[in-house]
Amino acid sequence: MGVWVEIDLCDGCNLCLKACPYSALEVKKGKAEVLERCTSCGACLEVCKKKALVTDAKPREIPDFSGHRGIWVFAEQRDGQLNRVSLELLGKANQLGNELNQEVSAVLIGHHVSDLADTLIRYGADRVYLAENRLLKGYRTLAYTKVVEELIRKYRPNIFLMGASHIGQDLAPRVSRRVGAGLTADCTDLSIDSKEGILLQTRPAFGGNVMAIIVSRYSRPQMATVRPGIMEAIPLPDHKGRIIKQPISLSEKEIGLKVLNIAGEEKKQVNLSAAKVIVAGGRGVGDENGFRVLQELAEIMGGEVAGTRVAVESGWIPAENQVGQTGKSVRPEIYIACGISGAIQHRAGMMHSRYIVAVNKDPAAAIFQVADWGIVGNMHDVVPEMIRQLKG
Amino acid sequence: MKIVVLVKQVPDTTDVRLDEKTGNLIREGLESIINPDDRHAIEAAVRLKEGRSGRVTVLSMGPMQAIDVLSESIGMGADEGILLSDKAFAGADTWATSFTLGKAIEKIGLFDLILCGRQAIDGDTAQIGPQVADYLRIPHVTYVCDVEEVKKKTITAKRRLENGYEQVRCALPALLTVIGELNLPRYPTMDRLIHACREKAPIKVWNAADVGVQTRQVGLEGSLTHVIKTFAPKFKREGEILNGDTKVVVHELIERLKKSEGATACKAFSSTCKL
Ligand SMILES: Cc1cc2nc3c(=O)[nH]c(=O)nc-3n(C[C@H](O)[C@H](O)[C@H](O)COP(=O)(O)OP(=O)(O)OC[C@H]3O[C@@H](n4cnc5c(N)ncnc54)[C@H](O)[C@@H]3O)c2cc1C
Ligand SMILES: Nc1ncnc2c1ncn2[C@@H]1O[C@H](COP(=O)(O)O)[C@@H](O)[C@H]1O
Repeated sequence: MGVWVEIDLCDGCNLCLKACPYSALEVKKGKAEVLERCTSCGACLEVCKKKALVTDAKPREIPDFSGHRGIWVFAEQRDGQLNRVSLELLGKANQLGNELNQEVSAVLIGHHVSDLADTLIRYGADRVYLAENRLLKGYRTLAYTKVVEELIRKYRPNIFLMGASHIGQDLAPRVSRRVGAGLTADCTDLSIDSKEGILLQTRPAFGGNVMAIIVSRYSRPQMATVRPGIMEAIPLPDHKGRIIKQPISLSEKEIGLKVLNIAGEEKKQVNLSAAKVIVAGGRGVGDENGFRVLQELAEIMGGEVAGTRVAVESGWIPAENQVGQTGKSVRPEIYIACGISGAIQHRAGMMHSRYIVAVNKDPAAAIFQVADWGIVGNMHDVVPEMIRQLKG
Repeated sequence: MKIVVLVKQVPDTTDVRLDEKTGNLIREGLESIINPDDRHAIEAAVRLKEGRSGRVTVLSMGPMQAIDVLSESIGMGADEGILLSDKAFAGADTWATSFTLGKAIEKIGLFDLILCGRQAIDGDTAQIGPQVADYLRIPHVTYVCDVEEVKKKTITAKRRLENGYEQVRCALPALLTVIGELNLPRYPTMDRLIHACREKAPIKVWNAADVGVQTRQVGLEGSLTHVIKTFAPKFKREGEILNGDTKVVVHELIERLKKSEGATACKAFSSTCKL
């Protein structure tokens, strides 16, 4: 099985190179050539105007999934506190639900958590599937997997979204394997393909250097985990919904795991994902004292301080305050980047901010490409001046 | 104690470049390394074996060149390596990969523990561990940062939470996915590396037939998710650069922020608005 080029037909137009998701084509001496890493996916066949690309791979049949309806969101909670990402996902699910004309449901699992159902409804859930049991008190993989599996088999959803949080990234792959569904990790964008009506799942790969659009054509539900802080939670105070209770049968033995102890860290909780204003600093801030000045600006503006990996590694700010691919994704109304070069890994975490201000002494710094307003200058002059003027 | 470690060869993504014309990854000249998290998994396995009888088997799926990561693992102290390599495995998503790895582990036979990295830096999915565990119907623990006690039938481990730790006791056999906090991986020793590169090195290569899978169950064909498009991330906005004297540009910036829809978010503005 494979893909090959009819040399006589090929005019070396390069279109197939652009279409190949695996960089498995090359044009040499004006003719396309299929490389060894070709997976015979067929993406190049469609774009070739000269019909020079041919394959002997049979097209795979897409099963009939018309019986699978509804968009589900996993309502993640710990100790009765909802994770904000679940509300963000309900916002997105509503948008997808409108396009597909399908209902939005939340899956709420725990012990004595029924009062959270109301919040879920007020953020757009038409139904809340509620599973309560003593054995579901704290999150444990196999217990939650079993409950979710039973719900999916019973109600057959079309789409199922979870936050790409610790719990979501533990549970989603387990569930996907259990119910035989494709799963896309850590998505940053979701939309519906207008032709096929399937979920287009966009996610960064190769360290944020490439974006990939991924689809699950051959299984249901279409599952994705979604990066926290990117979708928008939309309160719908008048929204009505109903609660559907799920009967539970579980035993300690099948769970296979006991939580012996949970220890929190004694650090001030920063909540970057909820911050409306973020003042961020990088190597250019220079030292801890520089960050104290940023802190002052943040306080005047009613925001929080964050930074790049360099700032974290230099010990100027705690690791929880790192923004970026290996840090947090944030989307404040205003993001002020001071002494930050704007490496792709940093931009990945802040580019969804509503307004971005950059202060950098290097006019060629990449951060200016994503900024709404940029000031080329020394931040040690600019930031104190901002503080002065804002204090009036 | 019989331990299987899942190890992946990945491109060093710190210097990934894109082809401006096609938006595709330039793979040529990209260095291949052992996935960083997986080094910690190998180290943990070798430490667990030390001081008790046991065997550490390293398992990897990838092109033939991935044999390098097996040699390196043996250099660090693993006993044997198995490479799953077949053109049919190419283009696999995590569904097909976890199936292929699961089948190979079944063929390896009895085990007490499977260790893998939390996530691979090329795909960043963090899905393989839990999916392999589910295929094998054993429990798993993710984000492991400390292994405290291993008994015949249980393992006690510490796992990282978003803001703290959780200590769990899990029934064996089990699968753990580990993070960098767990340990400091050792360097391979010279004599073990030489041992791993001899002709009679304890390394096997299995193809689809060896693990007993059909072509349509693995690789791209056996996958449930498919990449339909890749593109370079777009970050650009219509930027305006403010030039001039610091006092003046800061004033201009504040004026623009005040007029923007972001103004209500800023505490400093709401107090001035009241005047
Ligand atoms: C796998 C991987 C993951 C990563 N994840 C992250 C992540 O999550 N978050 C993250 O931030 N980084 C991450 N990085 C690191 C990232 O690649 C960059 O190295 C980092 O973001 C750079 O930080 P910086 O902008 O503070 O420093 P630099 O790149 O050194 O930039 C400093 C900037 O400050 C400017 N400057 C200096 N002095 C002044 C002054 N007085 N006034 C004004 N401007 C000044 C300079 O012109 C320069 O542009 C990751 C890297 C890798 C490989
Ligand atoms: N092709 C592979 N061969 C062996 N192990 C793998 C492979 N892919 C993933 N893994 C293991 O699964 C972990 C998580 O990978 P991923 O789900 O791709 O982020 C890695 O750290 C490896 O331990």
